[in-house]
Amino acid sequence: MARAIIGRKVGMTQVFTEDGTLIPVTVVQAGPCVVVNKRTVEKNGYSAVQLGFDKILKEKKVNCPAKGYFKKQGVDAHKVLKEFRVAEDAAFEIGQEVNATLFAEGDVVDVQGTSIGKGFQGVVKRFGFSGGPKTHGSHFHREPGSIGMCEFPGETEKGRKMPGRMGGDTVTVQKLSVVKVVPETNLILVKGAIPGHDNGIVFIKETVKK
Amino acid sequence: MKNKLIASIEAEQIKKELPSFRPGDTVKVNFRIVEGNKERVQPYEGLVIRIHRNGASSTFTVRKMVGDIGVERIFPFYSPRIESLEVKRAGKVRQARLYYMRNLRGKAARIKERRKGF
Repeated sequence: MARAIIGRKVGMTQVFTEDGTLIPVTVVQAGPCVVVNKRTVEKNGYSAVQLGFDKILKEKKVNCPAKGYFKKQGVDAHKVLKEFRVAEDAAFEIGQEVNATLFAEGDVVDVQGTSIGKGFQGVVKRFGFSGGPKTHGSHFHREPGSIGMCEFPGETEKGRKMPGRMGGDTVTVQKLSVVKVVPETNLILVKGAIPGHDNGIVFIKETVKK
Repeated sequence: MKNKLIASIEAEQIKKELPSFRPGDTVKVNFRIVEGNKERVQPYEGLVIRIHRNGASSTFTVRKMVGDIGVERIFPFYSPRIESLEVKRAGKVRQARLYYMRNLRGKAARIKERRKGF
């Protein structure tokens, strides 16, 4: 995997193709990112780049440890830092700008983001349990049912699906095609939905599935 | 209000000009359809019962009666497949969404003509 970029989800809209097919797209503002640091095989045992996204405009908003780190690297302070594995021979220099033109129309990408938090949810919504009948005298509606047997094993197994917090997980959607790239405003239009709410941070990578 | 970046994407889609029409108007939509490998224009005439405005995703719904059965078709407002649109008759209505037309038949389903000045 060589190409990756950090972006911000802008929202969804629709785009017509020339023959009139309507495609649902998600608009992502990807970049401008900057290469903050590099990892090399000799030094770190693996090859990667650390990208920074969303430049911090006010200097006083950068905390001291971050200020020192960015000063050492000789780049402007950024809000989001993320490391991406790249090929060993990939030519990246510290301070180099990476923008949306990294990807082109027709590319297939994976998009990773944090899914929208749903709060504390029951098993029907959280894990798709069927629940029971709503009528005919049923007193069993949206409960999980039995969570274990009696004497053997005498305990509830670990990992049993139960109600709890839902959403807010890291989710990757694979094999989304890039419909359009707008270089002026660094916009990438990805076909279909991607995880997270609007203004959420997403990572766009070249797909692992070929 | 729409996000500026999304509006900039949609601005490219909203280039096509259709003649202005309102709910209550009777329109003829010449829609290009693909049959096998061939493309042909299929006219569809009926009453506009709803215009849904939402940037490039805007649509309008056209209702017509085929025999005894009502047929409604939703067209994307800015679809390149709309070859042309003619306003056949301007209607005078008091609602923006004419869903009540679904319950009316025959003489009750008439709509007064809108003349200049309304």
